[in-house]
Amino acid sequence: MKLVGERSKVKSQKSKVKIDRLPKLIFGTITLIIYLFMYLPILTIAIFSFSQGRVLSLPIQGWTLDWYAKALQDEQLQIGLFNSLKVAIASCTIAATLGTLAALAIQRYRFFGKNFFRAAVILPIVLPGIVTGVAMLSFFSAMDLPLGLITVIIGHATFGFPVVFNTVAARISRLPRSLEEAAADLGSPPWEAFWKVVFPGLRSALISATLLAFTLSFDEIVVTIFLTGQDNTLPMEIWARLRFGMTPEINATVTLILLFSVGLVLLSQSASRRE
Amino acid sequence: MDATITVQPKPATKPLGFWVNFLPPCLWLLGFYFIPLAILLSYAFMQHQYVEVIPRFTWENFAQIITNSGYRNTVIRTLYIAVTVTGIDTLLAFPVAYFLTKYAGKYKQLLTILILLPLWSSYLVRVFAWRIILGYNGVLNSLLISLGILSQPSSLFLYNQFSMVVTLCYVWLPFMILPLVTAFERLPGSLIEASADLGGHPLYTFRRVTLPLVLPGFLAGSLSVFSLTMGDYITPSLVGGAGDILIGNIVANQFGVADNWPLGSALAMVVLLLIFGLIAIISRKGALENL
Repeated sequence: MKLVGERSKVKSQKSKVKIDRLPKLIFGTITLIIYLFMYLPILTIAIFSFSQGRVLSLPIQGWTLDWYAKALQDEQLQIGLFNSLKVAIASCTIAATLGTLAALAIQRYRFFGKNFFRAAVILPIVLPGIVTGVAMLSFFSAMDLPLGLITVIIGHATFGFPVVFNTVAARISRLPRSLEEAAADLGSPPWEAFWKVVFPGLRSALISATLLAFTLSFDEIVVTIFLTGQDNTLPMEIWARLRFGMTPEINATVTLILLFSVGLVLLSQSASRRE
Repeated sequence: MDATITVQPKPATKPLGFWVNFLPPCLWLLGFYFIPLAILLSYAFMQHQYVEVIPRFTWENFAQIITNSGYRNTVIRTLYIAVTVTGIDTLLAFPVAYFLTKYAGKYKQLLTILILLPLWSSYLVRVFAWRIILGYNGVLNSLLISLGILSQPSSLFLYNQFSMVVTLCYVWLPFMILPLVTAFERLPGSLIEASADLGGHPLYTFRRVTLPLVLPGFLAGSLSVFSLTMGDYITPSLVGGAGDILIGNIVANQFGVADNWPLGSALAMVVLLLIFGLIAIISRKGALENL
């Protein structure tokens, strides 16, 4: 009896699997097409970075690594890359600090106007970059502050900060408050309770959010255009060249950066998996 | 000592830790975001003569946006493009998010990273890539000719609203998929099963059970895509036609070559107003917590 019951259960599961297979196939095909759509431009760039011709059109005449050599020797691109790294490191550090502080304030304390504060913090990523850009440009010009990498860093930190805040606040809300209280009861001063109890719990969220803030800054153009002075970041350098059309050096540069980014993503993934 | 303080329901003064956490982000936002926005708002009501901004109150800038058909049409076109792009991205994102959470199994994490990955490569270049794809000697034309669909390359694919919408849908799609994936993840499978067990047709279950529960994620994604499109001026200038500029192009131009900051500020305020309008509609549904 029992055996028969189990067999019929298996049978019904089998038929269920068969019914399930059709939607899985349909959704799988749609998903595959959309992934192709998402990767077509990137593949195009990567393929053309090896193309011999200077004009970026089909058919491809032949293959070469020259554009990579040219890109690596291009001084303007190097200066841009170096400036972008400076800006991204500075702004993501500020963003990580402010974002974590704001997340702790929201999740750990009750205060007047808390919901308003929460909405205010995420506003820089809700409103488009162009609004942030022109508002800051008006502000810096009203203050008579000269534009340069510093103003770009301030601009990038302002939209990086809500990015970190969102991720870290979500993580803190899932951390048990009791551990921190236990540390305090056992005599830890607040900074020690934070460093030894709270921080390890939010480390992986903080790392991945900071890396996201870093890449958003590294790639940023919309705000940067308004806030930059004499020093070009890499996207600004690329933007200046795009007016004369895309060159294969840019394809090669971008392909190299993409490889570097893939490395960073894998790094942040392994950091979060270790937790 | 400490215990008595924390047990008190409402301490008269906030602990020091609160101010250490609260003040730096609060002051940063105030100084580098809200004061700049206030200055922008004040510029929108100032007069402009030659290249000078004169601090005298006027409605002139807003009147100009309403009466000048070029500006007015650009505002309407931007709104139309933003709604279209949000709609198309919704149609594309739902099946992907559904597949990832329901069927992807152990590949889910990898597929989620693959959605994020394009965001890590240059936005400018990803936009420019569409010129190579849609151009006269581009990938699409070559493909259509080799398939025998076209006998000679077509120039209809690039520098028009079509290429602009395709590119905008492409660059902002991850911002729609990711919050939807999170929303589908939080959806308890038991509810779907319960609905099916009670005889609910899958479509009925989707409409009455799934949709209301993923709505906050969907609205958060929509807000992102809508807002990003409303403010974009890079995509229209790289792949759009001459007559297809968006509000962002005019704002950038007024703060750049045209050098009419009051008019640029007023246009930026129009963008802000339209987005606040959308926020007001959707904020009740919990979209802001899901960004």
